[in-house]
Formats: sequence, structure tokens, C-alpha cells
Amino acid sequence: MAGFDKVVHSYEEALAGFKDGMTVMAGGFGLCGIPEGLIKKVYELGNTGLTVISNNAGVDGFGLGLWLEKRQIKTMIASYVGENALFEKLLLSGEMEVILTPQGTLAEKCRAGGAGIPAFYTATGYGTKVAEDKPTANFDGRDYVLERSLTADFSLVKAWKADRFGNLVFRKTAMNFNPMMATAGRITVAEVEEIVEPGELDPQNIHTPGIYVHRVIKGTHFEKRIEQRTVRKA
Amino acid sequence: MALNREQIAMRVAQELRDGYYVNLGIGIPTLVANYVPTNMQVMLQSENGLLGMGPFPTEAEIDADLINAGKQTVTTATGAAFFSSAESFAMIRGGHVDLTVLGAFEVDVNGSIASWMVPGKLVKGMGGAMDLVAGAQNIVVTMTHADKSGASKLLKQCSLPLTGVKCIKKVVTDLAVVEIRNGKFHLLERAPDVSVEEIVSKTEGELVIPAHVPEMKFD
Repeated sequence: MAGFDKVVHSYEEALAGFKDGMTVMAGGFGLCGIPEGLIKKVYELGNTGLTVISNNAGVDGFGLGLWLEKRQIKTMIASYVGENALFEKLLLSGEMEVILTPQGTLAEKCRAGGAGIPAFYTATGYGTKVAEDKPTANFDGRDYVLERSLTADFSLVKAWKADRFGNLVFRKTAMNFNPMMATAGRITVAEVEEIVEPGELDPQNIHTPGIYVHRVIKGTHFEKRIEQRTVRKA
Repeated sequence: MALNREQIAMRVAQELRDGYYVNLGIGIPTLVANYVPTNMQVMLQSENGLLGMGPFPTEAEIDADLINAGKQTVTTATGAAFFSSAESFAMIRGGHVDLTVLGAFEVDVNGSIASWMVPGKLVKGMGGAMDLVAGAQNIVVTMTHADKSGASKLLKQCSLPLTGVKCIKKVVTDLAVVEIRNGKFHLLERAPDVSVEEIVSKTEGELVIPAHVPEMKFD
């Protein structure tokens, strides 16, 4: 099937054109809703000099922690990176640059990037280190910081279900950054748990319309590691 | 007696009102969820994309796709909704969340807060804290009144890198409830059996003390 069929059948095909020095968005919050197989494939390909935009940086040996292992990341744009011993080492040694960005500002930078909005004002971070060297403005008596939006050469996202046309449905809090990042990639690749035929997903329940998605791959294995397993007694 | 973590959470819970949408930060703020008065409905917002957070799951209910902002496994409450991070921070930035509770290293008389970075130590990031303090109209900070060496955390001016400027109006510590108004701390309540003198000695910023300072009440 050609036309709108976005389905690819291997991780090689999913990442065709992926090059050193590219800017990459990776969806997920902690280890929840990360494109596990695509991350692993980039690790195997070994591309370096990457600028990576993701809320977090994985854990040692899993998720984006893999890219840290191979020193693939030149610049990391994230809101919180505390879960990772190797991250600290690379940061202190100067092997990697980190641009810490407030979580809501990061989400909005991706949303705006995908929507063709080059910059926006937000009160977040006004008067703090985050606002250093950025233009500010006062609207109706309140001070705001001008933040630039973000786009990427590749956006790697994780969804629950897709149809062949790239319409995506996310599951529970595994949605997080994935919908905005899907809109902001020059090439957006969605790794999903299930692919169905067009028409099988209810059009009024689609989270990300297929226009944003260029390639869809059915993940071969989702470990779905849990960072903080907290339970109550039954 | 200075309050313990649970007691601080119990006191903060008295700030809740029926019908509030509330964001609770990591640490003591999380404990506030255990003390929601039974006669009111409160909806907990988790900034990773959940409105209507329920209790921790049983072993059988654990779902890796359902976590809170502290990356803990959780459940949904009745009437919950999921959404993206952009939507989540639209709620926060747009001022739709009624109450935010978060921890801090320092707060000053102007309502500025430092909570994310200690120079010389590893900087892990601000997460959603800067967005929360910039977006919420009603923020309660929980922290100990002084550090382990006895140095005040309620200052004339924050010494650590800021999370937000002029945004905090109320602080609940192990010793007191303090309101921030007109560039001063105002002592509202003291912890049971804690003297006004002790609070004064552990507050660096200017503290206004009314003639009568009531003790906190716990049911």
C-alpha cells in the first residue's frame, strides 16, 4: 500500500537518514512512554554529536542512558536529569552540555515549534537563571520572558495504537511529551504497540492526527520499566 | 514541639477547600493527599498529564503507563482525565489550578523562592517547579523553618538561585504558619508548645508578630 501508508517494517527503515549532529526529540516522562526500540536502535547505529530534547535522560543502561554510555549526546535539553550517575560524570567533565529548561516551557517550546510559532512569552523563569540573556516584556503589569520554540530533525515518539495512516492514540500518562514532539519533527517516527487498519480507530478519539507522523513501526519489545514501584496493600 | 513531616502535611491540608484542583509537589506536599478532609472533594493534578490522581495501586493494579510526577505508580480517581504535558502546563500557566504545594530551600520577605539549585552540588533541574510558582495564584511552601545548623530559611533575600520571584504568599514550617505580605513575614500561627521567641530567633527576614499568636489546631 502506498499513499498515506506510513508503516515501516524495520528499525533501520524507521531511522533511515538519521545522521551525526542532528537534533532529536525523544518522547517520555522518566521511563514512561519512551520509544524504547528506536532509542536502542540509535544506540546501535552509534551516531554522535546529537542535540537531544527530552524531559529526562533515562537511567544508567536504559532509555536515553544508553546514548550517554556511547557519548552520543553533545547537548541535552531537559527539565530534570537526576536519575543518572553517568549523566553527572559527563556534565562535570564537560563532555556534554546541558540546557536545563522548565518542564512547562519545554512542552510549550515543542508545541510552538510544531505549530509554526517561533517564540512565545511566559512568566515561567522570569527573574531566574533561566531568563538570563533573554528578552523580557511587561504585559498588563506582569513580567514575561521570551522563549524560542524548538523543532527537530527527527522526533521519536511512543504511542499505544496507530493506524497505517499514522493517526495515533496514547495510553494514560504515557502520553506526556509525545503529542507535541510528534508535531515538531521534520521526520516523526512513532513506535507503537499495535497497528490497525485505517478506519478502525474512532476518528473522534485520535490524539495525534496522521499528518504529523511520517513513519510508524510496531515495537518488537516494550520492557516498560518502572522507576518508583509504589503499592498499597490490597 | 516542632511538627514532624506528617503534621506539616496535616496543617497544609487545612488550606484545602471543597472543589479545589490541587498540585502537590514531591516530598512533604505529597503527604497532604492523606489528610484531605472527608467532607470535601479535591482533585489532584499531576503535571505529567493526569487530573484526578488516586491512591497507590495494589500489586495487581500496577500499570507502567500510569505514574505521577514523582514517577511513582498511581491509580486514577473517579472522573479523572489524561492529557499531554503541554495541556498540563496550560492548566498551570493559565492559572486554573487552585492550590499548589511545594517544598523549598529558602523563601524571602518578597515572596521569592529558591528550591532547585545549590551551587557546587549537582544540579538535577527544576522540573516543573518554575512553571508551578509562576502559574499558580495560591501557593503554599512547606519546609523546615531552619536548616540543621539552625540557620534560618526565611530570609531577607534568598541566597540560592531563584525558582521564582515574588510569588509565595504562605509558608507552613515545622514551627509556624507565616504569611508574606508587603515585604514582610507575618506570623499567623505557631506549632503547639513552640514559643514566639523560638520562631523569632529562627526567622532572619522581618517578622510581624501580632499581640496574640494562636497555636495550630489539629482535629
